[in-house]
Amino acid sequence: MKVGLFIPCYIDQFYPNVGIATLELLEKLGCNVAFPLNQTCCGQPMANSGYSNLTKGCDANFVSNFSEFDYIVAPSGSCVLHIKEHLKDADHPEKAIQIRKRIFELCEFLTDVLKIDNLPASFPHRVGLHASCHGQRGLHLSSMSERNEPSFSKPGHLLSMVKGLDLVQAERPDECCGFGGTFCVFEEAVSVKMGKDRIGEHVQNQVEYITGGDTSCLMHLEGILKRQQSPIRIIHIAEILNSSISN
Amino acid sequence: MITHAKEAEKFNKDEARVDWHDDTLWFVRQKRDRMAHNIPEWEQLREKASQIKNHTLSNLDQYLIQFEKHALANGVHVHWAANAVEHNQIVFQIIQKHGFQKIVKSKSMLTEECHLNEFLISQGIEVIDTDLGERIVQLRHEPPSHIVLPAIHLKKEDVGETFHQHLGTEKGAKDPQYLTEAARQHLREKFIAADLALTGVNFAVAETGGIVVCTNEGNADMGAHLANVHIACMGIEKIIPRQADLSVFLRLLARSATGQPITTYSSHFLRPAPGKEMHIVLVDNGRTEQLARADFRNSLKCIRCAACFNTCPVYRRSGGHSYHTAVAGPIGSILAPNIDMRKYADLPFASTLCGSCSNVCPVKIDIHDQLWKWRQILAQEGHTGTAKATGMKLMSAVLSNPDIYRFAGSTGRWFLRHVPSLASNSLNPWFKQREMPEPPKESFRDWYMKNRKKPKGE
Repeated sequence: MKVGLFIPCYIDQFYPNVGIATLELLEKLGCNVAFPLNQTCCGQPMANSGYSNLTKGCDANFVSNFSEFDYIVAPSGSCVLHIKEHLKDADHPEKAIQIRKRIFELCEFLTDVLKIDNLPASFPHRVGLHASCHGQRGLHLSSMSERNEPSFSKPGHLLSMVKGLDLVQAERPDECCGFGGTFCVFEEAVSVKMGKDRIGEHVQNQVEYITGGDTSCLMHLEGILKRQQSPIRIIHIAEILNSSISN
Repeated sequence: MITHAKEAEKFNKDEARVDWHDDTLWFVRQKRDRMAHNIPEWEQLREKASQIKNHTLSNLDQYLIQFEKHALANGVHVHWAANAVEHNQIVFQIIQKHGFQKIVKSKSMLTEECHLNEFLISQGIEVIDTDLGERIVQLRHEPPSHIVLPAIHLKKEDVGETFHQHLGTEKGAKDPQYLTEAARQHLREKFIAADLALTGVNFAVAETGGIVVCTNEGNADMGAHLANVHIACMGIEKIIPRQADLSVFLRLLARSATGQPITTYSSHFLRPAPGKEMHIVLVDNGRTEQLARADFRNSLKCIRCAACFNTCPVYRRSGGHSYHTAVAGPIGSILAPNIDMRKYADLPFASTLCGSCSNVCPVKIDIHDQLWKWRQILAQEGHTGTAKATGMKLMSAVLSNPDIYRFAGSTGRWFLRHVPSLASNSLNPWFKQREMPEPPKESFRDWYMKNRKKPKGE
C-alpha cells in the first residue's frame, strides 16, 4: 500500500511537528509513506473566499504530486474535504476524480482503511477534543448533535486506545470554534468570541490539552489561549496517537 | 456601508449580552434537538418534506393556478404581485377602497421584506403588529431580529422600559406576566378598533385553495375574526399540493422552530365568513428569478422555522440586526443576495461554513453549500472588493508554484521570528485578540529532506 502524505501548507510552515507525528505514526503502523516534495496547498483559502477560479494552479500541482498513490492521507479534515469536493483538473479529469476518492483524513484512514483496534500509545493527561466542522460534518468523522443518528466518533475511538488519556466531553460537543478560514480575519470579533466560548468549556473541564484533527482550528484556539496566558496547550491528535509508540 | 462584520463587532462590545443572546438561542436549539430526537422517523420526515417541496417547485406554475382556481371558487379575492411595490399598492388599494384607517397585522415576514408598514404609515394608515415580539420592536422603531422570535435580542428590562414609555407601565417593571398583561390590554383595544386584518401564510394548499397560519398567541385568528376584511399575503413558494401534506410540515415546523410539538394555533382559512371579505396576495418579488437559478432554487423550500438561526454559532454571536435584511441568519444570507447582490454581498461570508444549518433544516436546504456558491458568484461579479481580489491573486500565485511557495514560506517565517512586529501589530486583525503562531526554524519539508529523503539512486 503506497500512501502519499499530504501536509497542508500551514502545517508545513508553522506546525512541522504535526507532519512529523503523522508520518511517524503511519510508518509505525506499517504504511509505505512518501511525501511528494513539490506539494503546496489544497486551494481552499481561495475557494472558500469566492475565488475558486484561482485554484487551477494549486489543483494542477496537487494532481501532479498525488496521482500515483493508492491512498492520500492528511492530518487536516478541512483540506481533505476541500479536495474531495472541489479538486478539478481540465487536463487530467480522471486523475482528479481518482484523487478525490483516494484522499483520507488521518483519523478516518486509521479507523476505516487500516481498521486499527489498538495502539501502543500513551498520553497520561486530561484532554478535551475539539470536533472540527469540516471533518465532523463534511467527512462525517463523528455523529452530529443536530441529526437523529447513532452516536459515534472516529477520533474519540482512536483516543480511547491511548493509555492514560482522560478524555473529557465538552458541553457543546460539536460547535464551531470560529476559525472558518479567512472568516477569522474578516469577521474577527465573532471569530474570537466563538473561540473564547469553546475554550471556556474546556477550562471548565480543567483539561491540560485541547486536541483535534484540524491544526487550523487549533491554531486559532492556541492564539486565544496564549493571549489569555492560559496553561492549556493545544496538540494535534496525530501527536497524541504517535506518543510513546514503540516499534 | 453597513456590513455584517462591522455590525457584529458593535454587538460584541457588550460581551455579557452576547453570552446571554447565545445562551437564550442555544436553549431553543436544545429544545429542538430533544423534540426532534424523540421522533424516530425524524430524518425520513425531513426527506419527505424536502421531496414534497422539490416536487412543488418543479410544478409551481400548475399548483399556483390550481390554488387560485380553488380560492376564487371559495369566494376569495386573489391578487398577484410581481414585486414589493405592487404588493404594497394592492394592499393599500383594498384599504383605500373601503376608506379604512386602522389595520392589525400578524405573522408576516413577507410584509417586512416588502416594507409594507413604512409605506402604509406614510399614507396615513395606522398599522399595528399584534405578535407580542413584533409589537415590542415596532414600538422601538426597530426591525425584528429573528423571524420566529422577533424581539429575542431584548431582555425583559428593555421591554419594561419600552412599555413604560409607550404603554404607561410602571417604570422599572420587568415581571413578564405584568408586562404581557399590559400588552394584552393594549392589543385588545387595537383588535377591537381595527377595520382590517392582515396576516401572513405558512402554507397554502393548492388542492383546496385554503391557507394555514401558525401562531402561538392566537392573534391571527383574533384579527381575522374581528375585522370585516382579511388580507393574507404570501410568497408564491408557500404552496403545498395537498391537504394531506400539511401533516408532514406541521410536525416539522414547530419542533424545528421552538421545540414545541405543534404551534398552539394552526388556523385554517378557506373562505370569508358571510358578509365579510377575504383577499390573498401572491407575491413573487424575486422568487421566480431564484427558481431559475439551479444552485439556489432549493432555498425556496424554506418554511421559515428559523432552526438555522438558532443553531448558527455566528448568528448567536452577532445578533439578527447585523444581517441588515428582513430574513437574517443563514437562510437570509442565501435569500438576500438574490434580491440585491451588491447590498448583501457580505452575507454569504458571515459564516464559517460549519454546516450545522443544513443539518437542522427540516426541508433539507443545502444552506452552507449555497453560501459557498454565492461566494463564487459574488467574487466573479466583483462584489468582494479589489483589495481582497488582489490578495487572492497574490496568494494563488504563491501557492501555485512550489518554488515561490517555499521561498515565501521560509522568508515569511524568518521575518516573523526576527521582526515579529511585522505581524504582531494593530493592523493585523488576527493579532487583535490572538497571539500569532510561533514560526519554527524549519518547515516540515525541510525536516523531511534532512531526516527521510534518501539520496538519488538508493
